[in-house]
Amino acid sequence: MNAREDAAVASLHTPRPAAQGSSDDEDRGRGARDPEDLGTDPAIPPPPARSHRHLLSIDDLGPDGIEELLHLTDSFVEVCARPIPKVPALRGKTVVSLFFEDSTRTRLSFETAAKRLSADVMTFSVSSSSVKKGESLRDTVETIEAMGIHAVVVRHSGSGVPWQIAGWLHGPSVINGGDGWHEHPTQALLDCYTVRRERAARGGLLPGRGQRSLEGLRIAVVGDIRHSRVARSDVLAFTALGAHVTLIGPPTLMPPSLAGWPVEVSHDIDSVLPKLDVIYLLRLQRERMQEALLPSLREYTATYGLTRARARRLPEGALIMHPGPVNRGVEIAAEVADLPSSVITHQVTNGVAVRMAVLYLLLGSGVDLAAA
Amino acid sequence: MAERERALTPPFGGVFVGRTTVMEPEDVRRAIWRMAHEIIERNHGIEAVVLVGLQTGGVWIASQLARVIGEVSGEDVAVGTLDVAFYRDDIGLRPVLPEAATQIPVDLTGRTVVLVDDVLFTGRTIRAALGALNDYGRARAIQLAVMVDRGHRELPIRPDYVGKNLPTRRDEMVDVSEAGVVIGDMRSR
Repeated sequence: MNAREDAAVASLHTPRPAAQGSSDDEDRGRGARDPEDLGTDPAIPPPPARSHRHLLSIDDLGPDGIEELLHLTDSFVEVCARPIPKVPALRGKTVVSLFFEDSTRTRLSFETAAKRLSADVMTFSVSSSSVKKGESLRDTVETIEAMGIHAVVVRHSGSGVPWQIAGWLHGPSVINGGDGWHEHPTQALLDCYTVRRERAARGGLLPGRGQRSLEGLRIAVVGDIRHSRVARSDVLAFTALGAHVTLIGPPTLMPPSLAGWPVEVSHDIDSVLPKLDVIYLLRLQRERMQEALLPSLREYTATYGLTRARARRLPEGALIMHPGPVNRGVEIAAEVADLPSSVITHQVTNGVAVRMAVLYLLLGSGVDLAAA
Repeated sequence: MAERERALTPPFGGVFVGRTTVMEPEDVRRAIWRMAHEIIERNHGIEAVVLVGLQTGGVWIASQLARVIGEVSGEDVAVGTLDVAFYRDDIGLRPVLPEAATQIPVDLTGRTVVLVDDVLFTGRTIRAALGALNDYGRARAIQLAVMVDRGHRELPIRPDYVGKNLPTRRDEMVDVSEAGVVIGDMRSR
């Protein structure tokens, strides 16, 4: 259990796989906004003893935990396909969505998931709350806990905030719904699930017995790696499940250091395209770009965008993915996003089932995957 | 006597140590044969009948019943599987994870569902299954077939088709498979 805690703390300092060892200091993630300050502040308690009560990082689950969760998701996909897509599993539980940052799909997805499990959902919206009156994060969180809730889904622009909140809370589970540039574990889980399911549905080669779900798949993550919490969590999850990951993007949008990441890096999308099983396009996060990192959007599209011509050069059966929201015409051509090989809407659909699995696992199952 | 790993047995699995064999493989086959005939007889044929095996112990029995019913009546009977994990009343009291996704191939509205399980004990699994089936449509009737009824009911539930009535102690385990029915005990690992 202590190793788990250490891993959680380590991943706070260096947002990258704990398995790679955390002794080299030079790559301490400057990509995430000063996460080390959060870790060393004496006013902030260490992560709680049972850190696997929460889902803060993909690392909390481990490869076996991820596989188990994907297996559990199959059951919830079936639930979602029924005429009455609702089960009584979490009756009497209350889930709060605590979103300090804008979101459509993650928030709706979590709220739908909770409702399909018969949990009660409270929505916290910053713009109409006492945060406007100057209430601190800690007071806000403790107020919510005092109402007797069971889980908090947190999204915040500050990296590491879910860890902070997990340290303050005694009862409720904390689920990271995206923190700053750091992690977005449920997005990574739904991406893994979508790849696994779509490969199977399209008659792709399935992993053999004893192999990981994404064993041997070649996945490229393209675009704004630097500002992307999705990329960080996806790299952890894809590689944990046995995939080879190549990061593609302009040098200005790469993290300052990739030492210790089990990935390859390329700046030439055209040379990588013909060998891919999955191409994962990231959104250009213009709201997080504080300096001029790109000459122009048009140049970005010409060099790294998935245009129609590039989409034709993908191998047969390769999947096109995007976490949304899509900037059509920037990172992906409008008509490419609608190709049959594009599974962007499947990602959204699977997101509900994956989040049902996460909520059920933490609040209902009584099973501790991290300890397994 | 056979020892068998039972990972899913509450609370955390263990090893089943058999003591007494109460049904030989032949007896299990004959019981399935008899129950298949009873199902056809009771329902005046198998039109509009759906067999639903409960995960995990009822699944193979349901498919065996379907095979015999197919041979006897010459018609294929619809078969599904049901996992009741999300409907259990002991969620939060012990680890509850589904074994596999539910598969109900037909709309249950207006049909007669025969639930199939290996052992009928407290009746709580069946209560959960009744709740789950409700979400797939309004069945005309639901019947229950079990290989072993071992007593100790905690809910007002009774089976329609029984392979064998078997008096047991509460703390004993009953293991049902194609290799026979064995009474024994669970040992933790």
